Amino acid sequence: MYENLETAKSPEKLKRVVVDPVSRVEGHGKVTLLLDENNKVKQARLHIVEFRGFERFIQGRPYWELPVLVQRLCGICPVSHHLAAAKAIDQLVGVDPENLPPAADKLRRLLHFGQVLQSHALHFFHLSSPDLLFGFESEISQRNIIAVLNEYPDIGLQGVKLRKYGQEVIRRVSGKRIHGTGAIAGGMNKSLTKSERDYLQKDIKQIIAWAQGSVALIKKVHCSNLPYYDDFATIPSNYLGLVKENGALEFYHGGIRAKDAKGKIIMDQIDYCNYNDYIHEEVRSWTYMKFPYLTALGKEEGWYRVGPLARLNNCDFIDTPLAEQARVEFKQQGNGVMVHSTLAFHWARLIEVLHCAESIESLLNDADIMSSDLVTQGEKRFEGVGVIEAPRGTLFHHYEVDENDIVTKANLIVSTTSNNRGMNESVRQVAAEYLSGQELTEPLLNNLEVAIRAYDPCLSCATHAVGKMPLQLELVDAEGQIIDKLIKHNDGQIERNL
Amino acid sequence: MSETITIDGKEIPFKAGQTIIEAATAAGVYIPHLCHKPGYKPHGSCKLCTVNVNGRRCSACTFPAATGQAILNKTQELEDNRRKITQMLFVEGNHFCPSCEKTGNCQLQGVAYYLAMKDNHFPHFFANRELDASHPDLLIDHNRCIFCNLCVRASQEKDGKNVFAISGRGINKRLIINSKTGLLKDSDIEVNDCAVQVCPTGAILEKRKGYSTPIGQRIYDTQQIDQVSLTQETVYE
Repeated sequence: MYENLETAKSPEKLKRVVVDPVSRVEGHGKVTLLLDENNKVKQARLHIVEFRGFERFIQGRPYWELPVLVQRLCGICPVSHHLAAAKAIDQLVGVDPENLPPAADKLRRLLHFGQVLQSHALHFFHLSSPDLLFGFESEISQRNIIAVLNEYPDIGLQGVKLRKYGQEVIRRVSGKRIHGTGAIAGGMNKSLTKSERDYLQKDIKQIIAWAQGSVALIKKVHCSNLPYYDDFATIPSNYLGLVKENGALEFYHGGIRAKDAKGKIIMDQIDYCNYNDYIHEEVRSWTYMKFPYLTALGKEEGWYRVGPLARLNNCDFIDTPLAEQARVEFKQQGNGVMVHSTLAFHWARLIEVLHCAESIESLLNDADIMSSDLVTQGEKRFEGVGVIEAPRGTLFHHYEVDENDIVTKANLIVSTTSNNRGMNESVRQVAAEYLSGQELTEPLLNNLEVAIRAYDPCLSCATHAVGKMPLQLELVDAEGQIIDKLIKHNDGQIERNL
Repeated sequence: MSETITIDGKEIPFKAGQTIIEAATAAGVYIPHLCHKPGYKPHGSCKLCTVNVNGRRCSACTFPAATGQAILNKTQELEDNRRKITQMLFVEGNHFCPSCEKTGNCQLQGVAYYLAMKDNHFPHFFANRELDASHPDLLIDHNRCIFCNLCVRASQEKDGKNVFAISGRGINKRLIINSKTGLLKDSDIEVNDCAVQVCPTGAILEKRKGYSTPIGQRIYDTQQIDQVSLTQETVYE
């Protein structure tokens, strides 16, 4: 739709506008816009300018370190990396997912539901609710969680407590709220004690009620601005994610399903161990983040989105009643077929929060989570692939080891990588439809960020938290002269500086 | 009437032949240490147990207790020096506690917590050290070796073998393996050897066991290293 804005024909004659950094996964990203003499956008790109190197420095380490080591990729969703790596190293000790002891499988799922719940709550309430409650171009002093707590104390507090509950689930299962242990090759290192189970059970009804309330809130926000919410940053796309064998929403283990923009299934129940046959990654010179695509459809047509919106578009149903009811209402936005609105990521995310809360309740009532049968072993293998649905989407971990148990090769496709093209398309749509031809102002900056933020790129919290995301926007004329410059400082102050 | 020394003003009895650290431990006084272990010949290399004896600095693990000694142990100056020594150990190797499987069971980490070490302070050496995973059941991560010599002593004194030695001096010091190839797989070490179990850090490890003890049940999760030392290291072989 806006592909023509990826590369301008004569960039040397255009003005360059840079938003650097913007919030995104694991570090820094920037947006560049090229404008003509009438401020019409001719090129818009989201660049990922940071290099982490995890895939390299885990080489040479023993494989059992992986779940604990790679979870340090992230402080927001470490459990996702922990579990994806654990699923991969299960295979290295000869254990396929169906052979994991039931207690270990359920404890991992409990851990993961806690993780998705806290991550989604963090993103919606702490990071995005200021935009959604006060407006994208509201006073900058309002666009933070503190203002939400002042203006909407009940909503703000529920968000904080929802997140806290998710973190408590993580702590009880893995020993710490962030960067615990828990999953080991072939199982788990502990089960829940009765007192830990009772502790989590005592609040779960309230958590479900709050989750329901948050779904009602986002539905109201979305539907009260329907044309705008349906259009802003919206792009039809393919969607990819795991689903259960029966087509239900699934976070921990399933087959890969992909649908096209019209809802037609492109592939279904693909064994993720063969992901290399179905997904390739393209490198582009202007960003460090690769562009994955479905091999069958090729580079141009095969790009896809992942995450809450993709999961709700992909699944046939949700196997918990309240979330299923919410899903049906949600799908009506896309006439029951596909919802492409980028801002609907938020709505989908909160339906998943409700699903997590209901699933946690169900698992807490399952005696297996207190079983001591936690670990199993099989015959050693030299390659393992672990894939899960992380809060931000499908996460791939792929490792190879040598005969001495040392990692020789690693490939990680993190969720935000899969959303690279989607975020770029959304940035282009916002640039073309909402910025083009206008004078630069700070609220315009925020429109770009709102589009990117809908995808919940990983490090957005670190930079955006409490309105402290530093930004620099420059307007450069055809001769390379800076003719306008806006700087947003760490304290939120805006300065126009030439 | 038994003979006594004083440590930080507290009168402590000792038996003939006891070192200061042995007498102190028996009396419930902790002196930080890493290369010392009850039942092993004193080595006196880590210098963490340095105390002030009648105005002179001595290693408590090697210095015999003697009547009339007025010993200072828990002074600000000595604790500051111990913290600096520990910081130097951290920067000399590559000790990444967040992902190390010995976390929670590591004496180096335990001592660092005890001494309220908040950072590494000194510039990191970024040492480029090898990991020897050639043995089917064991591995050595040289990044985490602090040259305490305990594995050398354990192999010789307890296991009746001679698997390890410390070679080189100063910054070139390294743990070497007594085998034709220099690799662990060609030595006669076995998984149950004392030399494996005695390592105070995550340098010598049994393979495929990492992280099996949950957080909350590791040695130093509930007790600081001084308490652990005083309850577990009072029995001398």
